[in-house]
Amino acid sequence: MIALITGMVLILMGIAIWQISNIYKLIQNKMGKEKDDSQIANEKDNDTQGKLMFAFLVFIYLVTIYCFWAYTKVLLPESASEHGVPYDRLLWISFAIILFAQTITQAVLHYFAYKYRGINNRKAFFITHDNNLELVWTVIPAFVFFGLIIYGMVTWGQIMNFDDQDEDALVIELYAAQWNWKARYGGQDNVLGDANVRFLNDFDGRNSVGIDSSDPNGWDDIVVSQEFHIPVNRKVIFKMRSQDVLHSAYMPHFRAQMNCVPGMITEFAFTPTITTADMRMNPDVASKVERINKIRYDNSQELIANGEEGLEPYQFDYLLLCAKICGSSHYNMQMKIIVDSEKDYNKWIQQQPAFSSIMQ
Amino acid sequence: MESEEFGDLLANKKSDFHQDHHHNDTFITKYIFSQDHKMIAKQYLITGVLFMGFIGVAMSLLFRLQLAWPEQSFAVFDIFLGKWAPEGVMDPNIYLALVTIHGTIMVFFVLTAGLSGTFSNLLIPLQIGARDMASGLLNMISFWLFFLSSVIMIASLFVEAGPAAAGWTIYPPLSALPQAQPGSGMGMTLWLISMAIFVASSLLGSLNYIVTVINLRTKGMSLFRMPLTIWAFFVTAIIGVISFPVLLSAALLLIMDRSFGTSFFLSDIFVQGEVLHYQGGSPVLFEHLFWFLGHPEVYIVLLPALGITSEIIATNSRKPIFGYRAMVASILAIAFLSTVVWGHHMFISGMNPFLGSVFTFTTLLIAIPSAVKAFNYITTLWKGNLQFNPGMLFSIGLVSTFITGGLTGIILGDSTLDINIHDTYFVVAHFHLVMGISALYGLFAGVYHWFPKLFGRMMNKNLGYIHFWVTAISAYGVFFPMHFIGMAGLPRRYYTNTAFPYFDDLADINVIITVFALLAGAAQLIFLYNFISSMFYGKKASKNPWKSTTLEWTAPVEHMHGNWPGKIPHVYRWAYDYSKPGHEEDFIPQTVPLGENEDITEH
Repeated sequence: MIALITGMVLILMGIAIWQISNIYKLIQNKMGKEKDDSQIANEKDNDTQGKLMFAFLVFIYLVTIYCFWAYTKVLLPESASEHGVPYDRLLWISFAIILFAQTITQAVLHYFAYKYRGINNRKAFFITHDNNLELVWTVIPAFVFFGLIIYGMVTWGQIMNFDDQDEDALVIELYAAQWNWKARYGGQDNVLGDANVRFLNDFDGRNSVGIDSSDPNGWDDIVVSQEFHIPVNRKVIFKMRSQDVLHSAYMPHFRAQMNCVPGMITEFAFTPTITTADMRMNPDVASKVERINKIRYDNSQELIANGEEGLEPYQFDYLLLCAKICGSSHYNMQMKIIVDSEKDYNKWIQQQPAFSSIMQ
Repeated sequence: MESEEFGDLLANKKSDFHQDHHHNDTFITKYIFSQDHKMIAKQYLITGVLFMGFIGVAMSLLFRLQLAWPEQSFAVFDIFLGKWAPEGVMDPNIYLALVTIHGTIMVFFVLTAGLSGTFSNLLIPLQIGARDMASGLLNMISFWLFFLSSVIMIASLFVEAGPAAAGWTIYPPLSALPQAQPGSGMGMTLWLISMAIFVASSLLGSLNYIVTVINLRTKGMSLFRMPLTIWAFFVTAIIGVISFPVLLSAALLLIMDRSFGTSFFLSDIFVQGEVLHYQGGSPVLFEHLFWFLGHPEVYIVLLPALGITSEIIATNSRKPIFGYRAMVASILAIAFLSTVVWGHHMFISGMNPFLGSVFTFTTLLIAIPSAVKAFNYITTLWKGNLQFNPGMLFSIGLVSTFITGGLTGIILGDSTLDINIHDTYFVVAHFHLVMGISALYGLFAGVYHWFPKLFGRMMNKNLGYIHFWVTAISAYGVFFPMHFIGMAGLPRRYYTNTAFPYFDDLADINVIITVFALLAGAAQLIFLYNFISSMFYGKKASKNPWKSTTLEWTAPVEHMHGNWPGKIPHVYRWAYDYSKPGHEEDFIPQTVPLGENEDITEH
């Protein structure tokens, strides 16, 4: 039955389009003194389409302005990591350059389309090339890109070439599996014990990240799920592992991402600079949370009216998400990140059981 | 010169052959197993663009509905997805499958085979003055391999556990292990077989294009008198021959990992309570192999569109293309650089960070020839006498989206900035504008412009105008806001964004995007209607409706074997003598010898 209706709708749509084209023909017959059915653009078409080209420029500008006006508020708040500050600066410099280039080139393109719309018996200006002009618009972008490359490479180097053996840094392993995250701390010695998927079935499957129990470094390791804590203003070196397919550890608020690859350990490091509590006070975050809770309240009313359970109010937390397609629940692979003061962090970590408690 | 004469001789010899056999055509040799390049072009157009394009676009509309109104019940889901949409609610696995097959179909079947297959086949012999492709037989085999691979890809939609669902990039281990997702069983096997056949088809086609362009140019058609379309198709074919075999090898190794227990891409895996035996392989190796094709692929898609646009903008501006040699140089530079930038897809894959710097450098280099092309297009419009045929509108539209989409590439190509927007919707917005929409515009421009050559009839221009404007507005309506949800941190390929309250305020934007997507989809129905009705009832075309200079418009409207009755036309000038001073008409066909006092155009 539904298939029949769909078929009918499609047929009716076809007829509608056919009729529209008929109306066009009729209008043309009525309007045109002599009928022009060559299907080649004539002076009138050139005039209309040229003007529409100009209107389209206005449309592009309006869309751009509207998006920036309406959607800036959904963007990520200020960076909560040290390297995020130069990251954001580079992003906005690049954006400024892009917007400038976009505004100018689109204007010229569409303005020329409008200005030089065809007129009968006018001949175009004959010019084949101009080497100086080519040189100018090769060299200018080259210089701009050169500047961006240098800036980008320096920042990239600072982010990626961290000191692996830094004694003061906290080492945390992010362990990805279909479809959850776990975090492992080195414990007292701040050294992660060896691990491999071969050990996952040890201790009745409670060895959830596959720590090698023959390596003493691993005995004091601490494994947590759902949420992990990090102390503010202390460098954290993340070691990523995956137990099954590719995942990507994405921590947008810290401008951090690295793939988790089965068979190898990947790394990323950053220094968190804003605690979760402070970030919740950030005016951008506060207003975003307020807006989200308004949406959730409205949605809840609807749900409750339908006899379902309402949504819980939302409170801001830093997130670890998966950004690499990894199967059916890819969309819901999340872990909370809590940035604590040093004191709160120490208090929290002391309450977590070590791997040795599972070994017994 | 010698080689040109040889080519001429060869081509004329071919013509004798064709004339001998002219009357032996049966329905099957004329319409099905045809070796005529014009018929093969039409076959590619209808299979690749109309049929596969329809499916590819329809799939995107289905998953856009899910993204705007997550986990709602829709009758269309019930009809088209059946058991994968219990009670009309889309299943997460089929969502990923739709995303995967949409990407595969659009990138490979529509924009590679559909675009190059149609226009390289139609235009290479006609624009260089050849009777046909160098090998009609290989050309026919190339199409039928493509047809076979399309059939297998479509068939994979109907297997028990569902089609491939690991994303169009099919990264292992997800694509290698049926335990990791249902789509990685039979569906993925068919996907790999289909793509292997596709690569074979593409290679046969590309080799044919290269050989034809090198050997079969008519007398006087030196390389620098070739229209830019031919340059683009020629260089595209070369990139294809260089990079497609690498995809084939990646697919073969993956098939071995999947079926014969090797460990090229797999190591240390534990899935569904079991430790697998794979040791020592690396998924990163697959990423390198895939993107060694995958990035050149972007230009395999884009260069033909840019070639088509160059031709159409010059013709409809009634002006020579500005900076012909700079355009050729840009095509060559892009082609070369396209093979050394693949690593920018892998900045955070775990490869050595030093490589990230190298690929950032090469990636921003490729922006320079791209910028040169955009500036040359704009300057071609300057002081022209623009004829706004639908093909011209789509060509200008291409320049617009190429700029908008290309500019955000500056951000993504920078390894630093890629960290936080990698695999978010920002990427989706970027590549859809710069290669998806731009290449589609090039494709549409080509169809409107060469429809008279393909079918001897004109397409309805008013429907063309409606098609363009609705599409142009919707395309920006879809992809402009998409940049923002990407920068808000929303990862791509999420079945629904409701699992994170943090993204709740992006729901409205997703609705807007879907509404524009539906509008864009509806506009393509206008095109489909226009295409089919014009094929049968369109106004009969004249020989040279757009007053163009290139050779294809000197061939008779009625298709014939060997393209031209009598001798092959000779060429005396470049392809862009539009509005040359001292001439009555505003175009001088390439076949017109230089006038007595006429200087050859310096270009």
